[in-house]
Amino acid sequence: MTKRRSPWVTLAAILVYVFLYAPIVVLVIFSFNSSRTNVTFAGPITGFSAEFPDPRTSVVTASPCGPFHWFCTLAGNRELINAARNTLTIAFTSTLISTTIGTMAALALQRYQFPVKTFSEVSLYIPIVIPEIVMGIGILTLFGALFRFLNASLGLTGDGRLAMGIGTVILSHIAFSVPFVTLVVRARLQGFDKAVEEAAMDLYANEWRTFWRVTLPIIAPGVLSGGLLAFTLSLDDFVITFFTTGPGATTLPIYVYGLLRRITTPELNALSTLWIALVFVAVFITQRLERRAA
Amino acid sequence: MLQRLRASRDRWLGLVLIAPTLLLLTALLLVPLILVVITSFGSRSPDGNVIYTFSFENYLRLVGITAEGFDPLYVEILWRSVWLAVQTTTLVIVIAFPLAYFVARAPARWRNLFLFLILVPLWTNFVIRIYAWIMILRNQGVLNSLLGWAASLVGLPFQPLDLYPSAGAVLVGMIYEFLPFMILPIYTSLEKIDDSLFEAAADLGANAVRTFLRVTLPLALPGIVAGTILVFIPVMGTFIVSDILGGRQVILVGNLIQRQFLDARDAAFGSAASIILMALTLVVTVFYTRRFGFGEEIVKA
Repeated sequence: MTKRRSPWVTLAAILVYVFLYAPIVVLVIFSFNSSRTNVTFAGPITGFSAEFPDPRTSVVTASPCGPFHWFCTLAGNRELINAARNTLTIAFTSTLISTTIGTMAALALQRYQFPVKTFSEVSLYIPIVIPEIVMGIGILTLFGALFRFLNASLGLTGDGRLAMGIGTVILSHIAFSVPFVTLVVRARLQGFDKAVEEAAMDLYANEWRTFWRVTLPIIAPGVLSGGLLAFTLSLDDFVITFFTTGPGATTLPIYVYGLLRRITTPELNALSTLWIALVFVAVFITQRLERRAA
Repeated sequence: MLQRLRASRDRWLGLVLIAPTLLLLTALLLVPLILVVITSFGSRSPDGNVIYTFSFENYLRLVGITAEGFDPLYVEILWRSVWLAVQTTTLVIVIAFPLAYFVARAPARWRNLFLFLILVPLWTNFVIRIYAWIMILRNQGVLNSLLGWAASLVGLPFQPLDLYPSAGAVLVGMIYEFLPFMILPIYTSLEKIDDSLFEAAADLGANAVRTFLRVTLPLALPGIVAGTILVFIPVMGTFIVSDILGGRQVILVGNLIQRQFLDARDAAFGSAASIILMALTLVVTVFYTRRFGFGEEIVKA
């Protein structure tokens, strides 16, 4: 039986793909722009020179890195490197913790009966149905009040005062990503055949050993996708970070937002291109790993 | 006896496993929400702190009732946000449907690639995607250059269009940001449809339009509902898209809240605005899912 498909559906699908990719193509092309103002594309940088051009020149004609001039200037941008480091620190730490406690929560909800079960299930849905900005200002209000109280009662002054920073961002990121991890891991646990575990127990494996040798390997793909989701959410988050961050804890999205309100150069495009490339590679690798695990 | 021992052990294990998550969610979601509710009844002290009182003044101000009479400023902001969210969601459904259908009916070996291609734009950063649209829409940007080039080919005079910043740019940005969140759920429900249903419809003499209205659309409804919730809630609460693509002209409830907290330093009023925002999204979500439940019954009938 042949599937009939109207050419109109194909055409519409192609147009939507164009819509999805046009901005990305533009971003990438303009990262090779020779014009510093970056409004129109003035052609790529073609020449090579021993020294970096004067940062005031409006059109860059030659650079030690040739066409990759803007990628090279990125490497010397301290603000940006700090932001990148913060972003990765936050993403790794929050992913590690939220994946661990989220998996534990999924096991608890799927396997056991305990007093606060319904309450837990309801509170896990909160971050999914509530606008991020409400969560953001809520956490801001909480930390604001808490730090004011602690600073006053402990008599902290000057630099010793507690303030918003990388710690508060990490905590908030864990809070909004745990529910997603739990959801994904629970989905995996639902298709779980308990007989395998019982078999392990019959063979005298204790519960701990059964978990590490039987349960975890089986639910590993779920844990991995949950972790990947948490990592992506953390990397991409703007709103909650915006309200919970402090001086010295700028992340890449916050840094880019700051630039957008001032002047942008092709350096920002180079950053975007690099970002897209890295994400592409990361996703490619995880897909490979998942396929091998399956 | 053994069974009771087992049950109590299960209870403890469950509690221990859920404890970290529950503590965190309570401390960083529930307590903050309660704080926001309490703050929303307070008022602003002259130095920008919150005075905790119990007054409905902030809410009255939001619905336009002030000592000087009716002031529609905030009602307009709320209405604009809801209307923009409705427009975005509707357009996103219209744009997402053909693509989701295309992918769901594509040969199985191609499907994963097509899905992957939908996800890639999502992995570029949210803020970077807005930047891309500035590059396209601005006065001498990519779109105007292309239009100018096309006009010069046919020999027409061309004036660059004022596309950015504008309300239209905000709408385009919102659609772009949230489109994948609609495509994926619609795809999921379309993919489940058995081919034999289409054959049956054709055998019974249904034409393409009728098949679409009576078979495809009702079965895609769960996906559309899920997608609507995934798109509508964030659109209502986002403030960066309007802030940047609207050039501070398009003020949505998200912008209002952000400014109350950071520029105006009136946390009490900002909290009241976020409670209203939360109420609006909850009302829409509940209304929409209820209606969908009703719709499902019609399909069954």
